[in-house]
Amino acid sequence: MTASRGSIRHAIRLACPPDDVWAVVGDPPRIQEWFPGIVSSSVEGDQRVVTTRSGIPMPEQLLTVDPVLRRMQYRITAPMFKEHLGTVDVHDLGDGTCLVVYSTDADPAPLALVIGGAARAALANLPHLLGLEQPAR
Amino acid sequence: MGRKILLVTTDQQRYDTLGCNGGTLARTPVVDGLAAQGVRFERAHTQSVVCMPSRSTILTGQYPTTHGVWMNGVPLPVDAPSVADELHRAGYHTALIGKAHFEPFLDPFFRFTENAMASTTGTEPAGGVHRGFEHLEMATHGAMGPLHYARWLMAEHPEAVDGYYPALDGSLQVNAAGGGDTGAPQVKVNPIDRGIYHTDWVADRTIGWLDGLDQGDDWFCWMSFPDPHHPWDPPESEVGRIDWREVPLPAGYPEQASEREAILDGKPRHWRLWYDGTLVSNYEAPADWVPATLTADQVREVNARNAVECELIDEALGRVLGRIAERGWDDDLDVVFTTDHGELQGDFGLLFKGPYHVDSLMRLPLIWRPAPASATPPAVVGRPVGLVDLAPTFCAIAGIGTPEWMQGSALPVDDADADQRGFERVLTEWDSELFGTDVHVRTIMRDHWVCSAYLPGTSHDGSEGELYDLDEDPLQQANRWDDPEFRAVRDDLVGDLWDHQPAPRRTRLALEAPV
Repeated sequence: MTASRGSIRHAIRLACPPDDVWAVVGDPPRIQEWFPGIVSSSVEGDQRVVTTRSGIPMPEQLLTVDPVLRRMQYRITAPMFKEHLGTVDVHDLGDGTCLVVYSTDADPAPLALVIGGAARAALANLPHLLGLEQPAR
Repeated sequence: MGRKILLVTTDQQRYDTLGCNGGTLARTPVVDGLAAQGVRFERAHTQSVVCMPSRSTILTGQYPTTHGVWMNGVPLPVDAPSVADELHRAGYHTALIGKAHFEPFLDPFFRFTENAMASTTGTEPAGGVHRGFEHLEMATHGAMGPLHYARWLMAEHPEAVDGYYPALDGSLQVNAAGGGDTGAPQVKVNPIDRGIYHTDWVADRTIGWLDGLDQGDDWFCWMSFPDPHHPWDPPESEVGRIDWREVPLPAGYPEQASEREAILDGKPRHWRLWYDGTLVSNYEAPADWVPATLTADQVREVNARNAVECELIDEALGRVLGRIAERGWDDDLDVVFTTDHGELQGDFGLLFKGPYHVDSLMRLPLIWRPAPASATPPAVVGRPVGLVDLAPTFCAIAGIGTPEWMQGSALPVDDADADQRGFERVLTEWDSELFGTDVHVRTIMRDHWVCSAYLPGTSHDGSEGELYDLDEDPLQQANRWDDPEFRAVRDDLVGDLWDHQPAPRRTRLALEAPV
């Protein structure tokens, strides 16, 4: 038997100040600018609804938007998820670069791969969005 | 005017399901006829025993290590090299009709081109071609998802949609629910009319595309049937062709559980762990199904339904070939019939597929009927070849050079040709990572041996392996890896295996979906 819950983690190192990254990933309405396949979003209080390119509305609850820690956490509350937790952390590496880590935990486990795979692509969009040529080495 | 190329692939079809390969269950007169006129390969092996890596090998002519699609769920980059691109640039009209699966299916964001294309631009890709194909009409197993067949069925025959077996359950795991007469997993009575089942749809759409071509056009058509891959839910009207109660058990299915378990215990531990339901290393094996519960009657029913699906494919291919003959193209037509990988189908008491490099999964049906105008004599080739050799074959048929990025060689026309051009070995690889479980296997088939070496992973320490003498043990039930008598053979094969590993892709591609 496999566990019903899956956990996926992706990361990217960027040659820019962490606050520049946080300005994008820490701003809930800007999600469609960097997350692929999301065509619109609306935010009211701690509730965000994103609509995917396939037309699926995905309701979410914003759990943490902490500009000091530079941590954003949210939960997809669509019925197909028994449980979901998305966490985006921006770490200052102290050398002019930062590390962005996107973790996805979900039950059912296959959804962790689906959301986590898209999250990897979302991270890959950040250098272009931030005017960087490529990820830092 | 040059030679036309019809590549016919099925999905997950065993070598022994064709009459020309000794199969006795399904009647396959059309493919058998092609074999009689052409070249039948007795040792064609896949380079990966799951769909996406294997299909990517067919398209690129590269090993999975090189094209980078190391497992289902890893998308082939859109700009990956493609034999269809080469043919298109040489003036061929190009189409892919049926199952593509170079990109993941589970894609609510429509991030992947093939899913997005089916729902937006129809059958003609934006920009003119996609992976070298100027026309794509795609299907997969059943009627869910955004691909062309599902959308067509939903629009034209919505009442038929629910007849298909739901491939995934409510938790998006591969469904373990049983059905039919025996409760076998992935079996369902499907009341769908045969004429709108995906097999006939693929043939119909192929004929439709061919009918739109001019008489003097050169063309390459990849006609890709989703069957006989599970679920086993062919149109119920056809199931009576084969009474499962009269189906003999496969030679590879020992009826006594103790015998099955003794065989499995002689293999690396992940075999028995899966059988007992304690380790699942492949998403496509239903996570909630325990192979040890498989009954002999379930094996019979699965084999019967699988054979019905093979017959429907054969008949559909016959219709397409008939239309091609009506167009007067047959003399210039090369037909290649094969599949992406095999199916355990009861062997060792198992179903489906996974990191199990035995003939059930690696050995493929492969028939090449060269254009009659080429006057190629019929032959049977016993030397090892692989799917990696298809792309160079298509280039040779089209009279264009083999690009340097292709890693195979054009298929031999007989054993003498194979010997002259060095067809000595064929390689297969497996890499999987699924929620804390990883398995890595490299396999060589050479002479009459199959030898697999395991790399370190969560279930293996890197010392394990499998060694089978195909002459003495065609069912691969006696693992000689640790037998001192065969140590020299093992060392020679393992050395050869590592000496011939393909160059890895520069950057590793990411797993982006389960399948």
